[in-house]
Amino acid sequence: MQDALRLKGVSKQYRGFALKNVDITLPSGCIMGFIGENGAGKTTTIKLILDMIQRDGGSIEIFGEECSTMGREAWEKIGVVLDDCGFSEELTGFQVGSIMSGIYKSWSREKFESLLLSYHVDGKKKVKEYSRGMKMKLSLAVALAHGTKLLVLDEATSGLDPVAREELLESFQDFIQDEGHSIFISSHIISDLEKISDYITFIHKGKILFSEEKDVLLETHGIFHGTKAELAGFSEEALVGTREGAFGVEALVRRDKMPAGVLLDRAGLEDIMLFYSREEK
Amino acid sequence: MNLFISNANGEPIYQQIVTQFKAKIIAGELKEGDALPSMRLLAKELRISVITTKRAYEELEREGFIVSYTGKGSFVAAPNREFLKEQKLKETEEYLEKAVAAARSGGLSQAELLEMLRLLLEESV
Repeated sequence: MQDALRLKGVSKQYRGFALKNVDITLPSGCIMGFIGENGAGKTTTIKLILDMIQRDGGSIEIFGEECSTMGREAWEKIGVVLDDCGFSEELTGFQVGSIMSGIYKSWSREKFESLLLSYHVDGKKKVKEYSRGMKMKLSLAVALAHGTKLLVLDEATSGLDPVAREELLESFQDFIQDEGHSIFISSHIISDLEKISDYITFIHKGKILFSEEKDVLLETHGIFHGTKAELAGFSEEALVGTREGAFGVEALVRRDKMPAGVLLDRAGLEDIMLFYSREEK
Repeated sequence: MNLFISNANGEPIYQQIVTQFKAKIIAGELKEGDALPSMRLLAKELRISVITTKRAYEELEREGFIVSYTGKGSFVAAPNREFLKEQKLKETEEYLEKAVAAARSGGLSQAELLEMLRLLLEESV
């Protein structure tokens, strides 16, 4: 199947920060979680994908088309939700919709209004009266109400309460029921992504540390608890990162490189992210 | 039909799905020709990723429990009795091996172990 998104060797230089050689492939029909700490380059990467800033090198293809030369119609296939909603506070939800209908050729008023209804967002109220969660849902309704095939979200779930986050996750999975649809979502709320993502890409200080199937990541890593002496007996290759405490050591290890019979705990996505980034420092 | 995913249980999620579908097929709750939920729907309902459910269905297909047709979905396959029996045989052997190891480490004699098995068999009738 065609890839929804393909980044190859993408780089961007800022003073004091550089995005280096970013490679990401998101197959169609999948959800990719894009994780990394604040300032790691998540938003920069997303802005590059959306052609909002110019890159210094590399290529970005969306459904096989180079994004910097894509026409209007191709862009209609992409729905975007950024971390703040950006609509004028004085407009009502419905007014936002009618403005969007003038922007997108493939705009569906029906779809937009039914989405607002299902999200329990009152379209007659002004944006300034909405809670953060409702603004997010309005943005999502806008992002989904034109022939959207790729949904790009930047920190859309942060700052929301667990109930609202759960509702958003549900609508993401609704969207993905069509196997031609894909989602690229950045977040530092790992638990959300741990549930629904097919792929996880981890960016740290402008570099991609891994971009893997989530299940593979979780299965190939484990947490070892023991003594320093025990740790010294394992091969270099097995150790991803270690943390020494007064009462023993903890290490993230690769299961296949470990001697058989060593007891390992399950490593969560959060453990994996923490140990990988600590090792890079 | 009920399916449960446990995070406490160390078993990978795809494996949990495989195990539960197999149990339902063996128990006859799912019969030959019955349609399984689509991979995407299952992923949505269980709040897991599509790749995970895809992997579970591939595993079930490889083991002969289901058949999948592109564009149509997945269905329970014709039961393969020999295969099921073979599976159960392997499983029983595995558990017995563990029982023997436990008995040895506890210093149980062969007679005691056999007696225990006899009692268990009688009880479960």
